[in-house]
Amino acid sequence: MGGPSGPPFSVSARRLGAGTAGVNAHAPGTDRGVPSPPLERAGQAVPVRLAAALVANDFTRPAALHRAARPRRAEEKFWNRQRVAWFGPDTVGPDTARPQLALDLSSLNARHEERFLMTKLTVNGQSHTLALDPRTTLLDALRDHLDLTGTKKGCDHGQCGACTVLVNGTRVNSCLCLAAMHDEDEITTIEGLGSPDSLNALQAAFVEKDGYQCGYCTPGQIMSATALFDELKAGHPSYVSPDLDHAEMTDAEIAERMSGNLCRCSAYPLIREAIAMAAEVKS
Amino acid sequence: MKPFDYQRAHSLADASGRMGDAASIIAGGTNLLDLMKIQVMTPSRVIDISRLSGMDRIEPHGDGLRIGALVTNTTLATDARIRAGWPVLSRAILAGASAQIRNKATTGGNLLQRTRCPYFYDTAMACNKRAPGTGCSAQGGSGRMLALFGTSDDCLAAHPSDMAVGLAVLGAEVEIRASSGDTRTLPVTQLYTLPGNRPDIETGLEKGDIITAVILPAPRIGTRQTYRKVRDRASYAFALVSVAAVLKMDGDTIAEAALAFGGVAPRPWTDAAVNGLLTGKRPEPATFERAAAHLVPDTAPHPETAFKRPLLRRTLIATLREASGLAGQVDTARNAPSGAPQ
Repeated sequence: MGGPSGPPFSVSARRLGAGTAGVNAHAPGTDRGVPSPPLERAGQAVPVRLAAALVANDFTRPAALHRAARPRRAEEKFWNRQRVAWFGPDTVGPDTARPQLALDLSSLNARHEERFLMTKLTVNGQSHTLALDPRTTLLDALRDHLDLTGTKKGCDHGQCGACTVLVNGTRVNSCLCLAAMHDEDEITTIEGLGSPDSLNALQAAFVEKDGYQCGYCTPGQIMSATALFDELKAGHPSYVSPDLDHAEMTDAEIAERMSGNLCRCSAYPLIREAIAMAAEVKS
Repeated sequence: MKPFDYQRAHSLADASGRMGDAASIIAGGTNLLDLMKIQVMTPSRVIDISRLSGMDRIEPHGDGLRIGALVTNTTLATDARIRAGWPVLSRAILAGASAQIRNKATTGGNLLQRTRCPYFYDTAMACNKRAPGTGCSAQGGSGRMLALFGTSDDCLAAHPSDMAVGLAVLGAEVEIRASSGDTRTLPVTQLYTLPGNRPDIETGLEKGDIITAVILPAPRIGTRQTYRKVRDRASYAFALVSVAAVLKMDGDTIAEAALAFGGVAPRPWTDAAVNGLLTGKRPEPATFERAAAHLVPDTAPHPETAFKRPLLRRTLIATLREASGLAGQVDTARNAPSGAPQ
C-alpha cells in the first residue's frame, strides 16, 4: 500500500540530525541542498548507514565512513530499483556499476530539487515555508517536516480519518491533500487546540468520558468533532437529518457525522458521549 | 507515488493545453491521490485547477442552477437553494463518503471518480479497465460490489457515485469545455460510455475536454423526492444498491415519476419504461411490483451479484412507498435512512 509519499531524502537527512522543526532540510543555497552529515553518527545502525550512503557521497569522508556507506549487494540492487522508480530509467548509468559507490546522487539531487515546490503553510497560527517534493501530502508535511506528530497516519487513503485536520476551518483528510495545493492555507492540528496543561472542552471531554482505548485515532476524532460543531451551527444537514433544514445534536447525528473517523478499539459509544458532553459545555 | 510534475493552471485554456496522455487534472484529489499512491494511476504531470476563479460558484441559470465544477460536495449539499428545490441531490450527496471527503471532493471530480472494483485497485490482478487486454479478475472472483446492468464480459464494475444518481434523476446536464474553447452539454447519464470491449474508456470526453459545470433544470414543483441507499455498514460505505425517486402525486395517482439507480451499473442507471409504468397509476403494491419486475434483470452477470436482484426490487418498492406517501410517517434518524421526502 501507499509507498513513500515524501521526498525520500529528507527523512535520511533528518535522521542524521540535520532537520529541525520548521526548517527545510534542503534549503536552496546550502551545499547542493544536502546538509552536512554528522560523521560521528554514521555507521551506527543500518538505516543510518544507508542514510549516510544517500547523503554523504558529495562530501569528503574518512575511509571508515566510506566503507560504512557501501551497501551490500542486495541493498545496492534495492536502491538501484528505487532510483529507477523515483527518477526514471535514464538516471541509471554506468556509475551505478561502480563497486564502491552504488549511488552517485549529485545529479539526482539536482533533478530532485528542480521538482521542489516552495509552499507556505500557516499551521496553528505559525507560518512556515517549506521546499517540498510535489508528492508530499499535507499529512507528511506536518509530521515529517514540521514535527507535528499529533496528526496520525492510519490508512493513508482517506478511509480512517486519523489524519483529520482543519484547512481554513473545514475538516479534511490531510493524507489526501497535496501540501503544494495548500500553499497559503491556514491549517489547524490537534497541537493548536489545547495543551496538556490546558485542554480545550473537547479534549477534556474525551479524557473525562474515556473516549478512546489506544488513543491513536483520538487526534483525528477531536479535530473532526471540532468541525462537526461548526457544521451543526451553520445548519448543515446530514444523511440522517429527518429534515434538511433542521439538524440537532442527537446521538444518531453524531454517529453519522463522525463516520469518517474509525476507531479500531471501538470506543464509539464513549466518543459520542464525549462529543455530546463537550457540546453541552460549549452551549 | 511515482514522481510527477505539479503545474498550476492559470485558466481553463491553459489547463486544457497542458493535458496529454500522461497528464491528469487535479481538483479535490480525494480519488486521484488515493489511486496514485497505489500506482493505479501514474500521471507524469498533475495539473491543478483548484485555484481557477469562478468555478466554485452556484449561479442561477434560467429557472435552474449552474453548479461550477469546483463546487465541493459539502457546498452543494448544504446550499439552501438545493435543499429547497432539489432535495434529492442534497440527500444523495450526504449519503456518500464522509464529511472530510465531501469538504474536498468537487462536483466535476465526483462525476469522474473511478470504480471501486477491488480488482481495479489491485495492480497484481488482471483488469481490463486499468490495463486493457489483461482480462477481468472479477470474472470468477469476488463480486459483491459489481454491477447488474450495462456490463460486458470484459468488465463488471459499477460506478460508485451517489451524487451522479441524484443528478441523473433530476435530468441534470454536464457542461464540457473542449480544447478549442467550444462548450457543449450532455445529460449526466450520457456522459458515460458502457464498457463493451473497452472498459478503459469510461466517458465520451476527449483529450483536452474539461467538465466546467453541471446544469440543473428548473425545480420540479410539488414533487416528493427521496434517496435510499443500502450498504454494508450504516455510513461511509459505497452503495450495494441505491434508488433516487422524484414523484409527483395528483390526488391518489402518480402524475410524474422519475427514478435513477446507483451501485448497479457502470453509470447512474435509468429506465424510462419503469418511469412509464408508474405514471398515471395508483401508488399501490401491485403497481410497484410491476415496475420492479420490469426493472430487475432475470439473471445477474456474476453469481455473487445475484443478491442484488431481490435487493434492488425491495429497495425500489420501499422507496416508492416512501415517495408516494404510502409508507406513512417517517420516524427519526437511524430508522429512516433516507429521511423525510419533501
